[in-house]
Amino acid sequence: MRIGVITFPGSLDERDAQRAVRLAGATPVALWHGDHDLQKVDAIVLPGGFSYGDYLRAGSIASHAPIMAEVIDAANKGVPVLGICNGFQMLAEARLVPGAHTRNAHQHFIRRDQHLRVENNTTAWTSNFEQGQEIIIPLKNADGRYVADAETIKRIEGNGQVTFRYAELNPNGSMNDIAGVSNERGNVVGLMPHPEHATEPGFGPNTAVAMRSGLDGLKFFTSVIQSTLLANA
Amino acid sequence: MPIIVVEVMPKAEILDPQGKAVAGALTRLGYTQFSGVRMGKRFELTVDGPITPEILDAVKTIADEILSNAVIEDVVSITELGA
Repeated sequence: MRIGVITFPGSLDERDAQRAVRLAGATPVALWHGDHDLQKVDAIVLPGGFSYGDYLRAGSIASHAPIMAEVIDAANKGVPVLGICNGFQMLAEARLVPGAHTRNAHQHFIRRDQHLRVENNTTAWTSNFEQGQEIIIPLKNADGRYVADAETIKRIEGNGQVTFRYAELNPNGSMNDIAGVSNERGNVVGLMPHPEHATEPGFGPNTAVAMRSGLDGLKFFTSVIQSTLLANA
Repeated sequence: MPIIVVEVMPKAEILDPQGKAVAGALTRLGYTQFSGVRMGKRFELTVDGPITPEILDAVKTIADEILSNAVIEDVVSITELGA
């Protein structure tokens, strides 16, 4: 199982994402924004960061990067794609998932260990979670407020495309507390918090058990490994 | 060389936290005459040669598909600078 992680100019978390892929038991493959080659990977991660300085709009210039033509094609064919933070913004700008992002409602850059509720455990990236399970994933962004028009919100709520919701509190004013969404098929998932930062003891979010012990992020990657193995069986 | 100006604003129904922060600062500075501020973007596209209908069509496409995101923003004007 090979999972590609694309580096854009200004990506920050691609090495953490590669490490998370390895810890989950798959082989990470470094991909480059300027190529037109996905190197036959089985799944793709668009990592966090500030691609192109977030100029124009967060994720917008990266959504037009050369490799995104192949990513969009692969996503439409059912290849699992996970967009984390800036990667989620790219997915929205590329119209692979509905909605858009604006500046956090209170303007501040936020970094916190965020409680999330898993709203749909049937996507390629969430199948190892329980439906309704609460997890803790680090959140760190300035442009994290999820918005869409009323009709779109109604549609994605009805379709089960709201994958994660902020629990305990809504940190940025996102509509309906939405933290992550998927496409209709469920192979493309984007979320603002960073699962790759919750995959290794001693380096994860604080939990009720111990400081920096949170490992909930691993299940994103074990989910896609399992769903891919099942799909190819 | 001619310049085409594209102006983009956040949609009226979308919260504009940056405009809100500017409005708050104005009030603190004693400028209490203003009930709100909204903040948008202005792009100036320099054209190499005369502005043709084809170029204006291209600018319209760019404005709708790249310079703005229809989910959160509106293109409010496309004009020629000094025209």
